[in-house]
This record gives sequence, structure tokens and C-alpha cells, in this order.
Amino acid sequence: MITTSDIPCLPRGVRLHFDQVRDRWVLLAPERAIPLDQVGHAILQEVDGARSFGEITTALAEKYDAPVSQIQEDSAGFLNALKNRRFVDLVS
Amino acid sequence: MTPEPPIAMLAELTHRCPLACPYCSNPLELAMIESELDTKTWARGFDEAARLGVLQLHLSGGEPASRRDLVALVASARDAGLYTNLITSGIGLNEAKLAQLDEAGLDHVQLSLQGTTPELADDIGGYRGGFTRKMQVARWISEIGFPLTLNVVLHRRNLHQLPRAFEIAQELGARRIEVATVQFHGWALKNRDALMPTKEQAKEAIRLVNKARKELKGTLVIDFVPADYHDQLPKRCMGGWGTTGLNIAPDGQVLPCHAAQTIPHLTFDRVQEKPLSEIWYSGAAFNAYRGDAWMPDTCKTCDRKEIDFGGCRCQAMALTGDPNATDPVCAKSPFHLEVKEQAQQHAAHGNDVPLTYRVPPRKSAPQQQTPGTARRANA
Repeated sequence: MITTSDIPCLPRGVRLHFDQVRDRWVLLAPERAIPLDQVGHAILQEVDGARSFGEITTALAEKYDAPVSQIQEDSAGFLNALKNRRFVDLVS
Repeated sequence: MTPEPPIAMLAELTHRCPLACPYCSNPLELAMIESELDTKTWARGFDEAARLGVLQLHLSGGEPASRRDLVALVASARDAGLYTNLITSGIGLNEAKLAQLDEAGLDHVQLSLQGTTPELADDIGGYRGGFTRKMQVARWISEIGFPLTLNVVLHRRNLHQLPRAFEIAQELGARRIEVATVQFHGWALKNRDALMPTKEQAKEAIRLVNKARKELKGTLVIDFVPADYHDQLPKRCMGGWGTTGLNIAPDGQVLPCHAAQTIPHLTFDRVQEKPLSEIWYSGAAFNAYRGDAWMPDTCKTCDRKEIDFGGCRCQAMALTGDPNATDPVCAKSPFHLEVKEQAQQHAAHGNDVPLTYRVPPRKSAPQQQTPGTARRANA
């Protein structure tokens, strides 16, 4: 599982893309296009390969006025699923 | 009901290829060099595809590196906003070309593996020295840092090498491996006696994949296409006909799948003659097997019709002579037992059955060929 000190990053070949035809954000990865909901997009927008998971979730909690614990739970599940598919890398 | 826009497009840039794999998915009637679309027409096709809703572009062939304008094609696809995936044997690529592809914005490389030893890989590919060269190209791909997927076509002769293929994928730093049991279309139909896996091998492949998926979770993603001839349920071919993807053949014919030309009653529009969106939404070939109006009663009344859509149309054509029939892999097909028995007979042959290799595309007859067209085709 991802910890607060882990630094998530999008590896080469994985990028956010606005799908104009379907009017939504997608994550483009090798031979995959993953449609993102607002929450998924909000999280991935913060992933810059520099800030830690802790810093990202604190920022999101402030931005959306939500408890950090809730944001961390949601984001950890989402990022872990992406990590298992090699769409996100973790640097510790 | 209006279909959804397509997500993926396979651009078969050329049918030329240095390899001669006996399971090649290209049609038996290969497109001639002179009929290949030029750079500009491909670029326009990529642009139309992106505006239609395509996100993923697979640049394939034949061997796409046989096109001298490959770098320009990648650049134009990226300009159109597409995610670009190069599906290659590696033969025809060198360090300089890979650096140019990197600069042009190529997103991802899918490298084919015919076997895990030079002996077997070169025998299957019909190209001496191919394996060694491919491994060199794979190292250059890793050095540049392209995300890499290996793709392995499994059959009776190489199935025992699957564990080694997983190791090679890790050694090369691949994030993904596609393991597809040979699909019997096109050239593979001629090689069923040589390539059909046994029922035991088909089971063993499933076991090996499940084991590796557990052990390599988070390191190597494994996509798997199991053998279907020995199965009871047909495959969800293309994710549904005309629902998610389309192909453009080297000569511009727009196909719902790479084997669609084996269905004789279908006619195909060309990208140089009609807008791609019109072809996708109104083309006769795309509408032929959308929905359930075409289905036999067996499929129409089946509770799996939204899951597998009656299976593969090209397989129904190849094995029953009727493209509208239930895929005979399905236990409900009247041809099912016959096909199962055939599969066992094909699989019972020894591994000394000679391979029928794919032959290179024809060149047009000399009297039809003017110097001008030859130059254009090779530009």
C-alpha cells in the first residue's frame, strides 16, 4: 500500500488527456485509455513526481474542504489500483 | 441506435515484412506495395480518426518499419492528438531510427517475440538472425526509455517457452506482456496441423499465466488470450463488431477487424474516398454485425448475447462457411462437436509438420507499373 512519504509519478508513456469528443478526462497509457471521474482527475492532476502522497492529500483536503483521512483512503485505493497496472510508479 | 465512437484504430501501414510467420494475421491476398497509402493520406486519416473519437493508434503492418516515412507518420499522429503505439518485430529499426521516433513523440513500443531461443524464434519467423537482432533492438528501446510491451503468439511449438518469455520481459524492463494463443485466421488456417496447441497445453498456459500474474503483480502486467478451439464459450471478438475499434488496411480499405476481408458479402469503403466518420457510422461493413438483427435464433435468445455477441464472425465464416452463424467454439453451435474433434486431430500431429510460411506481397505486373507509381510507393 502507498504510504504518506511515497512520491507517486506518472511513468513515461502515461499522461492525462482531455477527450474532446466525449467531453471528459482520460488517462492514456500503453494500449489503454482509462476514463476519469472528477475525483480521479483531481488526484492525478496533483501527481507531479515531486510531492509526496501526504503532501498531495493534504492539499486536496484543503482545496475540497474534506477530512484528510477520507481523501487519503479514496486516493490510496485509486493510486494502488493504477500502480498494480503499472500506470503509476512510486518513489520512496 | 447510434454506435459509440471508436476508441482504437489499427493502421496497417504496409503488408511488407522481413518475417514470414506462419500465423500472420494479414490476409492471404496481401496489398501490393504500389497500392499503399502515401504519407499525406495517412496523416489525414489520423486527423479524421482523432476527431471521430479515437484515442489509441496502433501502427502496425506487416512490419511498420518497412515504411520509410514511419517517423513522419508518428509525428503526424501525435500532432493529431493520438497516443501512438508501434507494433514491430524490431527488424528494420536501428539506434538512429529509434532516436528519431523518440523525437517525433512515439509513446510506446510493442515488440513481438516468436520464441525465447534463436533456434525456435528464427524458425517460426522464417528469418535467420532475427532473434539476436531483435534482442539488440530491445536493448536500444530500453536505453531510450520507451515503455515496452512484449507480445508473444503461443502455439504448440513454443508454448513450453512461456515461463522464459516472462523472464525476458522482466530482463528488458517491459511493463506489460501480451500472451495470445494463436488465432486461426488468414495464414494460421493453413498451419493448424503445425500450430494447434493440445488441450493439455491450453490448460497449462492458463496455469502459467495465473501463477505469473500472482508472482509479478505490480511489476509485469499480463494480458492473455486463451486458446478458444478447445473451449465451450466463444471469445468477445473485437469487444463487439463496430463498437470500439477499426482498422485501416495498407490500401486504405477501412475494416471492422483485421480478418473482415474473409467475409465475402462485405464491401469496404476507402479512407481516401469517404470521411472516416461516415464510414464508421454508416458503412455497410460496420453495420453488418452491429446489434442483434443479424443473429441466428440461438444467439438472439441467448443470455450471453451482450457478453460475446455470438463470437467471432470471421471464425464462423472460416469453420461453417456462414459468417452469420453462431461461432462454432460455442457449445450451442451445431458445429461445436465437429470443431472440437478437428482441433484434437490438428493438435495430435508431431512438431515435424512443415510450416507454411507467409509469402511477401506481390509486386504489380511490370507492364502495369510506371516509374512514377513505383517511386511514389517507395517514397
